[in-house]
Amino acid sequence: MEARDMVCIVCPLGCKLKVIKNEESQNGYTVEGNKCFRGMNYGITEMTNPTRVLTTTVIISGSSIRRLPVKTSGPIPKHLIEEAMKIINEIEVKTPIKVGQVIIKNILGTGVDVIASRSMFINSEEGYLKDHLA
Amino acid sequence: MVHYDIVVIGGGPAGLAAAIESRKNGVKNILVIERDRELGGILQQCIHNGFGLQIFKEELTGPEYAERFIKELINMGIEYKLDTMVLEVSDSKMITAVNPTDGMLHIQAKAIILAMGCRERTRGAIRIPGTRPAGVLTAGTAQRFVNIEGHMIGKKVVILGSGDIGLIMARRMTLEGAEVLAVTELMPYSGGLTRNIVQCLEDFDIPLYLSHTVINVEGHDRVEAVTIAQVDERLKPIKGTEKRFECDTLLLSVGLIPENELSKSAGIKLDNVTSGPIVNESMETSAEGIFACGNVVHVHDLVDWVTKESKRAGKNAAKYVKGQLENNCKNIKIKGINGVRYVVPHIVRPDNVEQTVELMMRVDNIYKNVKLVVKSNGEVIKEVKRKHVAPGEMENINLDFSKFNLGNSDEISIEIVKEGE
Repeated sequence: MEARDMVCIVCPLGCKLKVIKNEESQNGYTVEGNKCFRGMNYGITEMTNPTRVLTTTVIISGSSIRRLPVKTSGPIPKHLIEEAMKIINEIEVKTPIKVGQVIIKNILGTGVDVIASRSMFINSEEGYLKDHLA
Repeated sequence: MVHYDIVVIGGGPAGLAAAIESRKNGVKNILVIERDRELGGILQQCIHNGFGLQIFKEELTGPEYAERFIKELINMGIEYKLDTMVLEVSDSKMITAVNPTDGMLHIQAKAIILAMGCRERTRGAIRIPGTRPAGVLTAGTAQRFVNIEGHMIGKKVVILGSGDIGLIMARRMTLEGAEVLAVTELMPYSGGLTRNIVQCLEDFDIPLYLSHTVINVEGHDRVEAVTIAQVDERLKPIKGTEKRFECDTLLLSVGLIPENELSKSAGIKLDNVTSGPIVNESMETSAEGIFACGNVVHVHDLVDWVTKESKRAGKNAAKYVKGQLENNCKNIKIKGINGVRYVVPHIVRPDNVEQTVELMMRVDNIYKNVKLVVKSNGEVIKEVKRKHVAPGEMENINLDFSKFNLGNSDEISIEIVKEGE
């Protein structure tokens, strides 16, 4: 029977999984060693279509910091990461940016957006005040 | 001279959580002092995700995690000073600080919370042989250059040390177009979380050399090559196992040390193992009214644990200001023995325990199928089974003081016992 040992990377616990091909089960695989349901999903996805959340930065102007951190709003197929990086590296944004704001919509047709992972204003600290106390 | 009830030194995750929790426990007059140009600390450069799973039950990046606490702090109206460097803390809780707008500041606090975090060990700390060219950086410095300042730091990289920052930078440099030739680790096991080995090295086919170290750095102006070699059980390089990599950058991820220059100036007692202050159940140091939390006490694996620990410090600092912390009472010593390198807190005063105390500890080696055994005055009071323990993964045990009737104990010890012994 086809089986693979892997470490679950959904969360920092790092459960040691055994994913076994099993025609009789609903998903085609059975997963052992996971402490939560997400571990099971991870094990099966890793066998069929491995995905990752991509985090990187884009160029930003108008702030004291030179890069805006961004992330994909959900996992994208692992084999698309290199291509996604090329697209993201072409992007330049300007302040103000709010956390969660979409920077690139539906990257590579994955249905996943690239979003800002922090707010950035001309002076980021004053920006917070304006935004949250006004 | 200005007066505050509580002054928090450090505006990273520890300082933010401590200040917020102090305010929630009724203290109004709080000041957070941060030396960087914004709040959030090192989280701002940790753009990868995986933060917050325990606190928020979702996966956040470092800046996202920081932003939630910064918002809360600002909405609460807690005062903070940026670009402000604390020069000295006295045992009478007087703080001397300096910044470009106020000049020199003297601040008298009723309670102080130390939340300065930690710093990276450098090339000097581990005495790497070879020439002294540019291109040798700590992984955290490289992270700041790449993720915040927007500078690429090299094209061909060797990384020494498999701590989490080293692993994360291996992936980050690869994504930005550099070639990571090798990650070398002195110990026979990695110092980082397993998930990082998988998604930072295996995903990108970056080789990890366990039981290897750097034995030479070449180059005059810039790094030109790095030689690594395998080490024996005594960690001495083995002749004939050398591998030479032509590269322009060497990143060091060789450990973190709590940043306690200020703690020393206040005469606070430090623990030789953690290099952080000796603290009690309330996260109070040996100086009355001076508390500490986060990586300044001991280096944590997850920011979630820093937040939890810092909330405890913030709550107890508030209690101290309100005169609700019992000081003249019994002290129980907490000790790690037989494989347990250290335990935080070091002291428990049972009179101040509401119900449970969370003990955080690290082991000295990788062990499989063991029990962590807690003894009070030599008698076993709790056993926790573990399939796998490793120095890179902190262990936690909750001790329920109401259940074990520990009021009469003089010493509580924690040790590793092999299953079946």
